[in-house]
Amino acid sequence: MDAYIALFVKAVFIENLALSFFLGMCTFLAVSKKISTAMGLGVAVMVVQTLTVPANNFIYQTLLKEDALSWLGITGVDLSFLSLLSCIGMIAAIVQILEMFLDKFVPALYNALGIFLPLITVNCAILAGSLFMIERDYNFGESVVYGIGSGFGWALAITLMAGVREKLKYSDVPAALQGLGITFITAGLMSLGFMAFSGIQL
Amino acid sequence: MDKETKKVLFEPLVDNNPITLQVLGVCSALAVTSQMSTSLIMALALTSVTACSSAAISAVRQHTPSSIRIIVQMIIIASLVIVVDQLLKAFAFDVSKKLSVFVGLIITNCIVMGRAEAYAMKNPPLQSFIDGIGNGAGYSLILILVALVRETLGSGKLLGIEILPLVKDGGWYVPNGLMLLPPSAFFVIGLIIWAFRTWKPKQVEHNEFKIMAIAHGEGGHH
Repeated sequence: MDAYIALFVKAVFIENLALSFFLGMCTFLAVSKKISTAMGLGVAVMVVQTLTVPANNFIYQTLLKEDALSWLGITGVDLSFLSLLSCIGMIAAIVQILEMFLDKFVPALYNALGIFLPLITVNCAILAGSLFMIERDYNFGESVVYGIGSGFGWALAITLMAGVREKLKYSDVPAALQGLGITFITAGLMSLGFMAFSGIQL
Repeated sequence: MDKETKKVLFEPLVDNNPITLQVLGVCSALAVTSQMSTSLIMALALTSVTACSSAAISAVRQHTPSSIRIIVQMIIIASLVIVVDQLLKAFAFDVSKKLSVFVGLIITNCIVMGRAEAYAMKNPPLQSFIDGIGNGAGYSLILILVALVRETLGSGKLLGIEILPLVKDGGWYVPNGLMLLPPSAFFVIGLIIWAFRTWKPKQVEHNEFKIMAIAHGEGGHH
């Protein structure tokens, strides 16, 4: 149990996908103008991440990994080069299914999350979650925890960023730095803040 | 070279740069730039993927129904990225280890998808190829600029050649450790954007609100 909690804290704070690996930056910078939309996107990322990382883990561990096909009696086959293709296919499929499922059965949630779902397929934080899971060779349990943790960390980061940007409206920024420029510098300062967690040993 | 080709090739460098103006492909621009060697490989990988995928997508554009075009694009891009990834693993293993997941992330790099969607679906293969090269070059320019600042100031070296002699080797330069840490990439890109937009004022974003002068004893807040 301890190991899982440590993994969760690590995924949320120490190895925050947005602020220490810069993943999902395009959407992070584009959709962080208002707290409410940022939070909506954050929740959507968390849900998708929680579903896709374990699903990809299952496919990787049972089909693609070196010698993973031994349960079929086939040995010595290494299909791991296909993992990029299978990961992105899985993500696109899950997002599509989630969208149709929410539309049919939970319309209220669909209205809140719907507009963000198509954005998520090309959000690199989602793909990176799966690729990190493969690189670090997590087992199924770890991949569930890592999925939830990394999604939550990303959601936390974008919500914080939106909070800062809402306040930033009242400051007098030099004309050429307006908009994107100052957002980068703000994100830099936040990332510096998150580096404080990197000293924590778990 | 006719005028149109020139425009497609050189416009993305400064006037319509994918990173500083279109805000595409920022993630990898930040993450791989602490060293010049990794940035160069990344720039090369992305440029070749963008150019080839644009050409391929443009070649099949008339046979692709628009309802499944995203999937078709994804598959073309993912296959090209697998080729690049395997090539890097075979010929530049050290660099490929350092780039870790970021080679795979070219698939979701918005520059590749963005160019496929915005340009390759409407233009012939050769033009799309050149457009891919142009945008890849715009991306590479920023990557190289950032890596130049970060590696020189952070470790005093560039591609392993000493530029600023370090104090610990008997020189005079005290390395700035911050430059090797992730946050510095944000600052450097922010400053580059500032410089670009001071040079080309047309790119400045205007706020939908204005801060009022407080001369009348009111305003400022709303």
